[in-house]
Order: sequence, then C-alpha cells, then structure tokens
Amino acid sequence: MLNVVKAELRKLRRPTLFFGTIGAALFFTSLITTFIYRMIDSPEGNGDRGRVITREILGLASGSVNGFASVGWFLGIIALCVFAAQTGQEYTYGTLRNLLVRQPSRIKILIGKLFSMIVFTLIMITLALFVNIAISYILAPSAKVDTNLWFTADGLQAISTTYVNVTISVIGYGIVGMILGLLLRSPIIAISFGVLWLLIIEQSLILVKESLQNWFPGSQLSAIASGGTLFLTYKHALTVGGLYVTVGAIIASILFVRRDVAN
Amino acid sequence: MTNTAISVSDLSKKYEDRLAVSHINFEVPLGTVCGFVGPNGSGKTTTMRMLLGLITPTTGQGHILGEPIEHPEKYLSRVGAMIEGPAFYPALSGYENLMVLAKLGGFPIERVQQLLDKVGLGDRGKSKFKTYSLGMKQRLGIAAALLPEPKLLMLDEPTNGLDPEGIQEVRALLRDLANEGTTVFVSSHLLSELEIISDYIVMLRKGEIVFAGPIGELMAKQQPTIIAKSLKKSDLKRIVEIAEAAGHHAVIRDDSVHVLADMKWAAVLNEAAFEAGITLAQLAPQLPNLEETFFEMTGDK
Repeated sequence: MLNVVKAELRKLRRPTLFFGTIGAALFFTSLITTFIYRMIDSPEGNGDRGRVITREILGLASGSVNGFASVGWFLGIIALCVFAAQTGQEYTYGTLRNLLVRQPSRIKILIGKLFSMIVFTLIMITLALFVNIAISYILAPSAKVDTNLWFTADGLQAISTTYVNVTISVIGYGIVGMILGLLLRSPIIAISFGVLWLLIIEQSLILVKESLQNWFPGSQLSAIASGGTLFLTYKHALTVGGLYVTVGAIIASILFVRRDVAN
Repeated sequence: MTNTAISVSDLSKKYEDRLAVSHINFEVPLGTVCGFVGPNGSGKTTTMRMLLGLITPTTGQGHILGEPIEHPEKYLSRVGAMIEGPAFYPALSGYENLMVLAKLGGFPIERVQQLLDKVGLGDRGKSKFKTYSLGMKQRLGIAAALLPEPKLLMLDEPTNGLDPEGIQEVRALLRDLANEGTTVFVSSHLLSELEIISDYIVMLRKGEIVFAGPIGELMAKQQPTIIAKSLKKSDLKRIVEIAEAAGHHAVIRDDSVHVLADMKWAAVLNEAAFEAGITLAQLAPQLPNLEETFFEMTGDK
C-alpha cells in the first residue's frame, strides 16, 4: 500500500500539476477573501450570491476563517478535477495495466491513490487556510473589522473546526471526482460531467425548486464546508453527503475490482 | 519445482457473442524464447492479458511459474510485461515514468538509470515521454518490463516502430536474457522476426492454437521444396511433367518450377532433365520459412 502511495505522489508532485493546482487554489482563496473585506460596505453584498457578511460577523471568533469557509466549495471543485483526472487518465493513457502488473491488488491501488490525493488535498487546504488568515488579518484594519477575538481559544477552536469541515467537504468532492473517473474512464468526460452537474445543473434545478438542495450532493458538500447553512443543517449535510460518497465509492470500487482491463 | 514458465489448459475468453480465445492449450518451458505468433486479431493480446490477471478467462486454467493465474499476486513480482505497446504518462519524463513503476513495485531505484542505459535511453531519460519517437517509447516499455529482473518476460509486439538497428538490438537483448535464464514470451504478427530468435513457437489463428512446440519440430514437419529454373522458359512445363511422373507435386511460379520433394531428389531431377535435353539454370533446395509454414498450416494466404 505504501508503495502505491509513494508512486502516486511521484505523479502528483509534477511541477505543472502541483504548482498549477495549488496556485489556482491560493489565487481564488485570496480573491474571495479580498472581496469580503474590500466590498464590506457594498450594497450588492460581499459574500456568495449577494450575501452580506457584516463587520460584526467578521469580528466574531470565527471571523478569521469566514473567507476560508466561503472558498471551500471552490477548493472542492479543484479536488474533484484532480481526483477525476488522476483516476481517469489511467484508462485514457492505458497506464492502468502497468500499475496492475506491478500491483495486482486493485483495492490497494485504489486506496493508495486515494491516500496520495488526500495528502495532496491536505497540502492545498492547509496553504489556503494560512493565506486566507494572513489576507484577512492584513485587510481587517482597513475594513474596520475587530480582530481581538480571532486568536483567542474560541477563535482557534473556530479555525480548527472550519479546517476540519472544509477538509471533509473537499475530500468528499474529490471522492466524487474519483468515482466519476472510475465510472466514465476518461478525465475529460469525468471533469465535464462533475463540474457541469455541480455548477450548472444542480444550481439551476435548485433555483426552480429550492427544496432540492436538501438532497443534491453538491449542496450537501458545500454546506459541510460552511458548517451548515440557513437551509441545511450540518448534521443533515454530513449524513446525506456521506451517503452519496459512501454508496458511490462502493459501487465504483466493485466495478474497478471486477471489470476487465481491456485498454 | 515446475519446468514450465507458462502452462495453459482449455483457456477461453468470450466477449458477448465473440470468442476471442477458444479453448487453447500450450506450455512454454523455462529458459526458452517462445514466439507467440498469429495475425492481428488472432487473440494474442487477449491471451497475454489473461496470463497477467488483467482480464478474467471465461473458461480454463493457466499457470505462470507454477502459480495459478487466478492469483497474479503470487507471480507478478517475478514477471516483466509490456502489453499492447508502451503506455506511460506523457507529461512525465522517461526516468520519472520508470520511477513511478519502481516505487510501485518496490524495486531498487538504481535500476532505473541502469535500464535506461541498457535500452539506449540513458541520455534522453530526462525528456518528457510525449517527446519520444515510437522507437524510444518501445525501448522505455522494454526497460519497464525489465524492472523486476524477471524470471519471465512477456512482450507484446516489442519491435513495433523500431528501425532495423533497433530490431537487431532487441533481438540480441532477448537472446541475452534467455541465456541468463529468463524465459521470454514474445508476440508478433511478423513471423520472420520470431523465426530468428525463438526456440519455441505457439501459433494462434482466430483464437485457436495451430501449433505449439519447439520450432525445430515444426520446421521438420514441413516438406522442403526444390526450385528448378530452366534456361528456356518453354522447358518449364516439361520439368513439371518429369516431377509429376515421379509422383511429386510441382507447380510453375515466378518463372521456376517448385517441386515438393525431398532434397535428395534434386540430383534425380537434374539427371532426368539432362537426359530430356533440358539445361537447368538453377536447381536449389529450399526449406519453408515460418511464414510459409504458418500459411500452409492454416490454409491462409
């Protein structure tokens, strides 16, 4: 198993992939965090979908990671793309047969791949957290946001809770990407399908019928990152989102183990 | 301790209504170079995939180095393979690609550079795989197959895309490996290529075994041909008559007479032609090559 993780990390540390992905994650973390502080007085709101995040909210103990929680869904989309690409490419390049000749246990290949991508994701999330806190701390005085509670015991607790929530959410998105990569056997199709569903189809359907967000996977994963929303409790999102990921992972794993490798 | 590197019994693979491999039986002794021959689509790659545990047989059994193919984990650490051409990550260098496989298999990383040097890619190891020519990709595939210092090496069409010099190098490499005790199971649709290096032959056609055994045994079964050419083209028909009168099958092909007869009969034909006033310009015995033998055995042309 450890050999699989080492081999997969060798692929993930490729500079274009590593710095490109981490760079995109940090860029959007910086952008969203900057918007929250720079547009704090904007009548159009400073949060997603016109939501207003006030000075009072940002001044709470959890204020330092408000931007980080908001960017969670985006980190999730990045994870979905990376996981789907790393899984689907084994089929399109035909490299899966090389892997299976060197490690015939397909479950070990799958779990090793997952672990290595989780390591990659943890690096991305941790760096995004630090960048978010740093930018928030730098921009808070000019936005007249009080930071006194940010690094108290409650503040640190809020940082760790948000970090855990975002991590669960992002890994959930990643596993969805991996499931799509295994089922569709092509990175392009898997990423297109995943992004199209999460960003367009799911959102459009929720606009038509709001109650659908109680059951759609993207809404659950996004709500986990935010620690729950006005419409979705954290517990509900964790249960339904967890069910999606678990059932999908079981089906994809069974198919991966049993399916002939004919390309 | 088994003496066979590969043994296959009643092995079949069916895809929906198409039987890709049909109840095949063969054995490959340890330490030999075995050519696995057959036209494109004859089932060679499917058979190799079954032997490597990549696909599940529909029926039958197989053993690799004495272990059943249902448990590839028991033998794959001693097997090197390149199936269906070289497949690597295009954005990684040749060196990085081999490192991924070395890490995965737990092989010493020093072998990576050694093998790149061995296959002639020592100075291009740092270049990305996507910049390699087809021949270089093949060489990298062979290097990857050699990573585990295999007891059995299975190569699917390893000389595809190689220039004549590269083909010769691969032949020499395979022979060297066999001399060191590695069993080499190599497939090709180019029969002439395998005739040169193989001790053993497994012939496949439309998913069925046509012949499996030592190459010498196969060739010994084939009747040699005597090729006779007369000075005057008009005498060719009379040579055919002489051969047929002696009970041998003869045909005119490419301005010469091809007589299916033992080599000793060439002297008899020479004497008979002389007595008939025919001057022979050429009289040569010819053993059929593997390609001709294959076509004769399968009835294909």
